[in-house]
Amino acid sequence: MSDSNLATNLKTSRDKYDAAVAKTLAKFPEQQKTFVSASGSPVERLYLPESDPRAAYTEQLGFPGQFPFTRGVQPTMYRGRFWTMRQYAGFATAEESNQRYKYLLGQGTTGLSVAFDLPTQIGYDSDDPESLGEVGKVGVAIDSLADMETLFDGIPLDKVSTSMTINSTAAILLAMYIVVGEKQGVTPEKLNGTIQNDILKEYIARGTYRFPPKPSLRLIADIFEYCTKEVPNWNTISISGYHIREAGSTAAQEIGFTLADAICYVETALKAGLKVDEFAPRLAFFFAAHSDLFEEVAKFRAARRLYARIMRERFNASDKSCMLRFHTQTGGVTLTAQQPDNNVVRVTIQALAAVLGGTQSLHTNSKDEALALPTEESVTVALRTQQIVAYESGVTNTIDPLAGSFFVEQLTDRLESEAKQYIEKIDAMGGMVAAIERGFVQKQIEESAYRFGQSIDSGERVIVGVNKFTSKKEPDIDLFEVPEATQKRQVDKLKSVKANRDANKVRAALSAVTEAARGDGNLMPPILDAVRAYCTVGEICRALEGVFGQYTESFN
Amino acid sequence: MLDPTPKARVLIGKPGLDGHDRGAKYVAQVLRDAGFEVIYTGIRRSPEQIVEAAIQEDVAGIGLSLLSGAHNVLFKRVIDLLKERGASDIVVFGGGTIPPKDIPTLTAMGVKAVFTPGTPAKRIVETLDTLLAQPA
Repeated sequence: MSDSNLATNLKTSRDKYDAAVAKTLAKFPEQQKTFVSASGSPVERLYLPESDPRAAYTEQLGFPGQFPFTRGVQPTMYRGRFWTMRQYAGFATAEESNQRYKYLLGQGTTGLSVAFDLPTQIGYDSDDPESLGEVGKVGVAIDSLADMETLFDGIPLDKVSTSMTINSTAAILLAMYIVVGEKQGVTPEKLNGTIQNDILKEYIARGTYRFPPKPSLRLIADIFEYCTKEVPNWNTISISGYHIREAGSTAAQEIGFTLADAICYVETALKAGLKVDEFAPRLAFFFAAHSDLFEEVAKFRAARRLYARIMRERFNASDKSCMLRFHTQTGGVTLTAQQPDNNVVRVTIQALAAVLGGTQSLHTNSKDEALALPTEESVTVALRTQQIVAYESGVTNTIDPLAGSFFVEQLTDRLESEAKQYIEKIDAMGGMVAAIERGFVQKQIEESAYRFGQSIDSGERVIVGVNKFTSKKEPDIDLFEVPEATQKRQVDKLKSVKANRDANKVRAALSAVTEAARGDGNLMPPILDAVRAYCTVGEICRALEGVFGQYTESFN
Repeated sequence: MLDPTPKARVLIGKPGLDGHDRGAKYVAQVLRDAGFEVIYTGIRRSPEQIVEAAIQEDVAGIGLSLLSGAHNVLFKRVIDLLKERGASDIVVFGGGTIPPKDIPTLTAMGVKAVFTPGTPAKRIVETLDTLLAQPA
């Protein structure tokens, strides 16, 4: 049958179906007038082939491991190896967190993911007045190399891959990791892992910035350059849509803003004199997985395809540089404080979305995280959730199993096109830094968050246990608590480190950092020397701040 | 409500180092929609900056939002500073990732209402309507 005959046939059948629907609707109206996705986009009753999918197959989908990577970045995907199961963890001091890492590795996690406390992330020592109340709270407190040595005590750095959520102070924490490796006898080229190192989304959504955009981008380019030569297996950045989504963006905005950030990083590195195929294969990504299963799967596929096209078309990159490899975390904001057990189910759906979307690594949230840091017990259930998806569900047996679904393919196309429009808007403003300085990105996210909040408050969107099926019973749940004495213990340790180090070496190392910051040489070598001399995160940041200045969010 | 206009002035503040402000911004907008005059400080303000801004702006209430777990220390610091500055008449309320067991502690130190995740906007507005009722 010819294509036009097929189309006519389809049209006739469709008309018949529509007539039947009209009859049904007259008697039994649908539950809602319109159906929308988690991002607020309309969802049709039924999706049909828009065109013969075979025609566009090679261009739009292609094969796993091949441009444009819509169906995945590896040729065999999970048939070869599951994703890395990596639970974000860290609290109190390095001793406690080291114990938690060993526990997690014993339970079958296949990679570590370090959560640092906010003072470490922003570059204040534990005894700094700015750190009041925050030491060891959302992650582990690291002041100097001494803490980092404890954190990885008994964990061989050539056997584990480590992801570190660290941004404005990424260069310092990476330097510490490299030096801990040296002390264990592991050379830098054997180190595997990732630093988040994505400062742009800190200005947009997450807030742990320290320096203004320009010097922050220079630090990032320095890290790219240094790692290309010295730490070749390191993922030098994890360009993150996760926090943009958590702050309230839609799925399309999550892709659009993240890839606009990526464009800015690539341009920065090119301007610094690097070649795209030297550094781009080490760029990694990080997305959220929320509960709207199909929208999320389509999001991951659309992100891969759009990134591949951007890298090839704008930067003339090789196919290897066009691969969008990503980590996923289930959506923190989707967890509810009410009826916390329900969160296990939400996390299962979200984990499934990440896997059906072809993630390279996954963190599954724990059920108690709307209330506190997770307990060991709840973390174990979260880890078991992804192990069950991997070993029992069967979804890993074939690659990209939702491909060819009329709905998923059309959703993938639409998300790609919407994300592209955001990127074009940002291009027109002069790029991501300008768009952030104007407040454009922040405003877009804020508006989406407001609409989402209103849809819950009006009852239009149901959140089980929150605005429907509520219970008067308070959750009976044991919550994790950061030990009261953490700050004091950490400050005592800091004092003893300071008392036992060579003050002359410290002074010299810090001046060298300041000097390097004034010039335009790579900052990594002087930072490594400062770390070796047991200079603290706070001291190194103050040295940099003396030259770079500080960033403060402006409000209007 | 007998007289829906004008309602009280409120400062929404993010003390400490936590940058998660989706909740703070949402509550700020919901209160504006309900007729309050709202000032939002932005993230990463010290308790000193928040209290200073509250006094300068002559607000009736301060809403503190914190998701990092530092609430017991930082909410208390705000309340202590208000006392020192003779501004204890400013009503302090808060929200964020706050374990239920900390709520009595916060209430005892003078936090008048704690809104945890999932609190309907309507309830926040109603509570503040009562707490910040303007004398006729």
